[in-house]
Amino acid sequence: MKNYEVTFIVDPVLSREEIEATAQTYVDHLKNEGCQIVHVDEMGLRQLAYPINRRTSGIYYCIEFEAPNGELIDVMELALRRDERIMRFLTAALDKYGVKYNADKRAGKIGKVKKKAKKSDDRKDSRRDNRKKDEKRKPAPKKEEAAAKSEEEE
Amino acid sequence: MASRDDIKFLSNPKIGQKRDKYCRFRKFGIKYIDYKDADFLTQFVNEQGKILPRRITGNSLKYQRKVATAVKRARHLALMPYVTDLLK
Repeated sequence: MKNYEVTFIVDPVLSREEIEATAQTYVDHLKNEGCQIVHVDEMGLRQLAYPINRRTSGIYYCIEFEAPNGELIDVMELALRRDERIMRFLTAALDKYGVKYNADKRAGKIGKVKKKAKKSDDRKDSRRDNRKKDEKRKPAPKKEEAAAKSEEEE
Repeated sequence: MASRDDIKFLSNPKIGQKRDKYCRFRKFGIKYIDYKDADFLTQFVNEQGKILPRRITGNSLKYQRKVATAVKRARHLALMPYVTDLLK
């Protein structure tokens, strides 16, 4: 048994039912082949980074599954390639870390993985805060000076 | 004549300093790089969407390869652009 993940982009022009039906076709297809569906993630409507078939957006789906053999991947990919409703697809084999990552992601423990991104943000923020403080500190004496000047003028 | 001490601070003295590079994946124990997380992967590409070299990101070879694979997968799925200007 090996874990795989197939991500595909469904044409956004279709109605909601059609889109859901498209995704369901492949879930059913995999089940019939004897796969264990781990998770079906609907990533929703996203803007594409570049146009595909003159479309600028697409509905992303990601199906994670456990397959008994690798041969059914070819069958599934052939079906995806023939399907006009599918704009793009990508099948990736998951290693044990990938499986763990996806499980953590579903459990909402993604912060653990994204830690460094957040940390770098924090650092940047702290720097910005320092700058802000510096800025605040600088203008303050000016006001005092101005006040002093005005007092002198009076 | 300007002596060497005088001209020392004409340029920023911190420019020559070396900041220690490290592999963030090794440091924080990240074992898997998700190709669907485009926001995270933008840290490893330049403004034109090109993958940054290891000498800039500091990644170890093992994780640089994984980053490259993830970026390429993200490009295929139109989560990241192949070519662009002003990505960031």
